[in-house]
Amino acid sequence: MAEYKLTTPLTDADITPLKAGDVVFLTGTIYSARDAAHKKLVELLDKGEDLPFDLQGAAIYYVGPSPAPPGRPIGAAGPTTSYRMDSYAPRLHRLGLKATIGKGKRNDETRKALQDHTAVYFGATGGAGALLSNSIKASEVIAFEELGPEAIRKMTVEDFPLLVINDSHGQELYAVPDRKAAGIE
Amino acid sequence: MRIIHTNDIVNAVARMCVKANTELPDDVRNKLSQAMEEETSPSAREVLRQLLENADLAAETKLPLCQDTGLAVFFVEVGDEARVEGGNLRDAINEGARKGYQEGYLRKSACDPFTRANTGDGTPAIIHFDFVPGDKLRIVFMAKGGGSENMSRVTMLAPAQGWEGIKKYVIERVAEAGPNPCPPTVLGIGIGGTFDHAAKIAKKSLMRRLDDTHPDPEIAAKEKELEEAVNRLGIGPMGLGGKTTVLSVKMTVEPCHLASLPLAVNVQCHSQRHEEVVL
Repeated sequence: MAEYKLTTPLTDADITPLKAGDVVFLTGTIYSARDAAHKKLVELLDKGEDLPFDLQGAAIYYVGPSPAPPGRPIGAAGPTTSYRMDSYAPRLHRLGLKATIGKGKRNDETRKALQDHTAVYFGATGGAGALLSNSIKASEVIAFEELGPEAIRKMTVEDFPLLVINDSHGQELYAVPDRKAAGIE
Repeated sequence: MRIIHTNDIVNAVARMCVKANTELPDDVRNKLSQAMEEETSPSAREVLRQLLENADLAAETKLPLCQDTGLAVFFVEVGDEARVEGGNLRDAINEGARKGYQEGYLRKSACDPFTRANTGDGTPAIIHFDFVPGDKLRIVFMAKGGGSENMSRVTMLAPAQGWEGIKKYVIERVAEAGPNPCPPTVLGIGIGGTFDHAAKIAKKSLMRRLDDTHPDPEIAAKEKELEEAVNRLGIGPMGLGGKTTVLSVKMTVEPCHLASLPLAVNVQCHSQRHEEVVL
């Protein structure tokens, strides 16, 4: 398992060497978007309108942070479960999105899109919201403020700790459940 | 009759919401530490190390342990000899949740199912009432996250399927859920009652301390059997492989209809945030 330090925007040269299981420390700008924001992004695309941020080389973090207490840029900010964004992800990868950050399994279409468009799916540790917020140095809402925790935020991260779950070569890190050992097969 | 004023209820509930969301209970912390000692895989150990560091950091900074501070779920036991004054008990609990989620900088995660518009204040809370002997009011709170709740299921088995059918269903549910509910999880299992009641007693099972033992030795043995079988799946912390897929299995068994074998599996993430207060 290799370790990389990457900076946004991400390029094919950044993504290609990554293998499932590698550790990546990401620095730069990432954008938060989860269920409701994705629905709105796709509605904008359907209408032929511009998105609130440039998808080229971008990384989307599936997160709905808790409110920022005084003196901190953001509250707790760990990943939400990614499969709920699977119906949107392939289209965004086609338009240049290079990475998504979340937790949990992706579907076949999303995994294929990672291969087709040289992109990667990173996992961050679910339930480590306080710890992960330490790597987020700044955060501002840039779109859909009415969505509250689901608004799109532009976040500045430094050495954000990630694990490659699905790489651009079709490999996946997650353990395959041993049904036989558990006695159900 | 002992009088309990709604102001005291509001304040106690607000404090509980904040405390549960920022301080990982000692029973959960102990289980995570124990799991870290037992795991041999470096990735499993690293996840558990991060979770323990996260708990330390949350306690120190008062940031929530997880950004998903849940829907507020309460189990309330009202003593026969206790009377609430100053307003309605349900309203007081909702007011307390509203206050706690606002003052504690907790995320408001309640929304309309169709429009998805946020209700703005984290309420309405999910509140279950029970009436018990005595003059006290006991309120148990849990912050129930959506990711693990989404992996939960209720099913109506045929009586012939019995314990083997129950085990198979629960293990398969955990296998299918894989990394999604933030393992190592806690499983609340409700067996019996009706369709709705099975789900309620599954949820109530999650209110138990992780280090307790079921008072009925037969059920305690079944909890242990299921815990060991599920852990043989090898899903591990965050799905990266390992010995710890569940921290604990908690089961509640009640009588059911002759024709039915209701089963509910309520999945809870490792961030098992619960608190209680007796007024």
